[in-house]
Amino acid sequence: MATAFSAAKFSTQPFHLNPTSTTSHDSPLVFANPTSQFLGSTRKLHLTSSSKFNLTRRSGTVVAVSDVVKQKKSKSAPTLLITKEEGLELYEDMILGRAFEDMCAQMYYRGKMFGFVHLYNGQEAVSTGFIKLLKQQDSVVSTYRDHVHALSKGVPARAVMSELFGKTTGCCRGQGGSMHMFSREHNVLGGFAFIGEGIPVATGAAFTSKYKREVLKEADCDHVTLAFFGDGTCNNGQFFECLNMAALWKLPIVFVVENNLWAIGMSHLRATSDPQIYKKGPAFGMPGIHVDGMDVLKVREVAKEAIGRARRGEGPTLVECETYRFRGHSLADPDELRDPAEKAHYAARDPITALKKYLIENSLASEAELKAIDKKIDEVVEDAVEFADESPVPARSQLLENVFADPKGFGIGPDGRYRCEDPKFTEGTAHV
Amino acid sequence: MAAIFQGVGAAAPLSSSPSNSFDSNKSVFSPRRSFSVSKRVSFAVVRSDGKVNLNPKGRRDQRLIPNAVATNAGSAAASKQGHELLLFEALQEGLEEEMERDPRVCVMGEDVGHYGGSYKVTKGLAKRFGDLRVLDTPIAENSFTGMGIGAAMTGLRPVIEGMNMGFLLLAFNQISNNCGMLHYTSGGQFTIPVVVRGPGGVGRQLGAEHSQRLESYFQSIPGIQMVACSTPYNAKGLMKAAIRSENPVILFEHVLLYNLKERIPDEDYICNLEEAEMVRPGEHVTILTYSRMRYHVMQAAKTLVNKGYDPEVIDIRSLKPFDLYTIGNSVKKTHRVLIVEECMRTGGIGASLTAAITENFNDYLDAPIMCLSSQDVPTPYAGTLEEVTVVQPAQIVTAVEQLCQ
Repeated sequence: MATAFSAAKFSTQPFHLNPTSTTSHDSPLVFANPTSQFLGSTRKLHLTSSSKFNLTRRSGTVVAVSDVVKQKKSKSAPTLLITKEEGLELYEDMILGRAFEDMCAQMYYRGKMFGFVHLYNGQEAVSTGFIKLLKQQDSVVSTYRDHVHALSKGVPARAVMSELFGKTTGCCRGQGGSMHMFSREHNVLGGFAFIGEGIPVATGAAFTSKYKREVLKEADCDHVTLAFFGDGTCNNGQFFECLNMAALWKLPIVFVVENNLWAIGMSHLRATSDPQIYKKGPAFGMPGIHVDGMDVLKVREVAKEAIGRARRGEGPTLVECETYRFRGHSLADPDELRDPAEKAHYAARDPITALKKYLIENSLASEAELKAIDKKIDEVVEDAVEFADESPVPARSQLLENVFADPKGFGIGPDGRYRCEDPKFTEGTAHV
Repeated sequence: MAAIFQGVGAAAPLSSSPSNSFDSNKSVFSPRRSFSVSKRVSFAVVRSDGKVNLNPKGRRDQRLIPNAVATNAGSAAASKQGHELLLFEALQEGLEEEMERDPRVCVMGEDVGHYGGSYKVTKGLAKRFGDLRVLDTPIAENSFTGMGIGAAMTGLRPVIEGMNMGFLLLAFNQISNNCGMLHYTSGGQFTIPVVVRGPGGVGRQLGAEHSQRLESYFQSIPGIQMVACSTPYNAKGLMKAAIRSENPVILFEHVLLYNLKERIPDEDYICNLEEAEMVRPGEHVTILTYSRMRYHVMQAAKTLVNKGYDPEVIDIRSLKPFDLYTIGNSVKKTHRVLIVEECMRTGGIGASLTAAITENFNDYLDAPIMCLSSQDVPTPYAGTLEEVTVVQPAQIVTAVEQLCQ
C-alpha cells in the first residue's frame, strides 16, 4: 500500500472518478525536516491549490460504486482491496449498525426509549471503514449520533440498547442515554450532546498518547484517537482551535468529518462560506482528504493512510467523508426540507448494498453466507432488546453515586461527618 | 493581553521587596492601597488524611488569643523552622512537589512554560520538566480546557491555568458540560482529576473584564469542587490537595494576594479541600469570608477589638461544598452571622451561604444574616470607584456594630 497521500497514487487508483467529481484531494504536503521538537514550525509546505473544483458540489456527477467496480475489473491490476475475512467483518459490522438503528426506531415509537435519538442509517461506511482498523487501546470520540460508533468499537449491542432504555445495565448505567455512549473498556470517550464539544476531548486523548510516549517513556505507545463529527461542527470554533493544536504538536489524531450535508434543517451550503471542508486541513498544516463516504472500501483505504500517519507520529489528518443520513436528524425530525430526489440519489448508493455487490461479484462471499450474517445480526439485536427489556431500572440509590469520583466532594454536613457517610445518602434520599 | 500584566503593581511577580511582605508592624489602611494584611496565626487543623497530622488532639483545636492580631511569628506548622516565601512561590512549590511525585501531573495554559506564568506560579517548571509537561497553549481556552479534560479521562492529571480567571468564561462549555458532568454521564467510568486554577478578583484598576469573580458562575455546576486560597500556607496545601483529588477542582487565587509572605512548614502537608479555616476564634459574631476579603475582615477586626467586640473569623476556603460543621458550630456559639465576600451580590457565594445557614441553623440565629458583597457593578477603572465596589473594612465594622445591637 502506498505510504503517502500523493497525487500520483491517486491517479492510478481505480477510484479516481471523472474529473468533475468531487473525489478530490490535495497534492502532497511536503514536510521538510519533520522536527523532533514539538514546538516551533520549521516545516515548509508546498500546496498546489486545488481550485479546479466547482463549488456546487452536488452536481450529480458522482459515479456509483458499482460503475467503479466495473471500471476496476477492466483495469489490468485485479488486486482486491480486502480479503474474504475482512469483507465479512465489514459486512457484519455495517449490518449490525443498520439493524440496530432500525430497531431503535421501532423501540422509540413503542415508547421504550425517549428523548433525542439520532440514527446513523446510511452513514455506516464511515464508522465501519475507520473503526474496524483500530486496536482496542485506540480511542473514539463521537457526537450525539454515536450508537454505531460505539458498536463498531466493540461495545456490546446489549449494553448500548440497555443504555437507550435507561436501564442500569446500560454502558453508562442508564445515566448517559442516547447521546452519551461511553466505554472505558473499549475506549469510547463519548457521546457529546453539544457539537464540537468532543473534539477537544479527542485532542486531549491524543495528547495523552504523545505524553505517554515522550514523557512517561512508554516507547511503544502509538494509540490513535479518532474524532467523528459533522458538517455543522466545521463552522464551530472548537474545530478550528483543535486543528491548530493537533497540527502544532503533531498529535496522533484523525479528524473525521461525516459530511451528510444537513445540520438538522440547515443545508451545509447555506451555512458555510467555503463548503469544501477538506480544504481547511492544509490551512493548519495537515493533509485534507475528501473521500466518498458511501463506499466502505474507499473509506477504509483513506483511513489506513490517516491512521498510519498518526501511528508513525507524523501528525493529524482531516478526512472529509461525503455521506448521507437516510433518516431525519433525529426521530423527532419530520425531515421535510430535504429534496426527495436527493434522498433517492443517495439511497441508490446505500453502502451496504454496494459492499454486498462487491463481495459477490468478486467471489469473496456467497449470498448464503451474507444471508447467514443477516440472520445472525437479527438475533443479536433481538437478544439486545430482550436483555434491555428484562434489565432493572436504576434504583433511587443510584442517584448520587457517580456525581463525584471521590464522594467527599459533597462536603461536610452540619453534624461533622462527611455527607457521603450518611446512610440516607446511599439511599439517594439525602439532600445535597 | 500580556501587556497588561507587566504593569500591574501589586501583582508584579518577582518583586519581593520588603514593602510587599506584610507583617504586623507595617499594615496600613489607606484609601489607595485598599487592602492590608497583618500576620496572624491561623488555627487551621490540617486534615490531611493520614499524612502529616499537626493536631494530635482531634479535629478541632481552638486556642483563644486575646488580640485580634497575633504577633506570634509562627504559623500553623508544628515545626519552628519552616521557610518563608511568597504566596505565588508557595503555589509553585506545591505544584512542583506534586509534579515530582507523580509524572502524570502536567500543566497547560497560556504562557505557563517559557514565560513562567503571568504571575510566575509556573516559573522554572518548563526548564525542569520539559515543554510537554508544562505546555504553552495557543489562545483557545475552550479547546485547551477540553483538551485537559480529554487528557484527564485518558490517564493524566492536568492543571489547567486560566491566565486570568475571567478568561475561563470562554471555557465555560467545557467546564460545565464535560468537567463537571462526564463522570456522571459515563456512569462512573471516567474520572476527570483536573485542577482549573487562575487569578481572579478585583485587582488594582485592571478594568471590568480583568476583575471578575467567577465563583458565583461556577458554583451551580454539579460535579466540581471549588476552593479559594488566601495565605501561602493554605495556597500550597490546597494546590496539593486539589492535584491529588480525583474530583475536578477549581482553585481560585486572587491577583492581589500573590505577594503575601508567610513561613510555611518544610514537611509535606495538604489542606483538606472540604474544610473551612478558623482564623480568629471569638464570641460575639461569626464573620464568614474567603480570599482577599479575609484581610479586610482582619483589618476590621482590629478596630472591632479595640471597640470591645470579639468577632470570630472563619475563612470558608471551600466555596463548594460549604463546611457546614465549622460554620454551624460557630453559629451555634455566636448566634450572629456576617458574610463578607468579594463576589457580586446577586447569586453570589454569600447568597448560597445565607440560604444554607438559614436552612440548617435558623433556630440558632438571633438576628438575620448580613451579607456584604461587592456592588452589582462592572468594576470601574477609576481607583476611587473601584474602591467603592468592593467591601472595605469600615463597612465591616459598621455591619458588626449593627448586627450586635
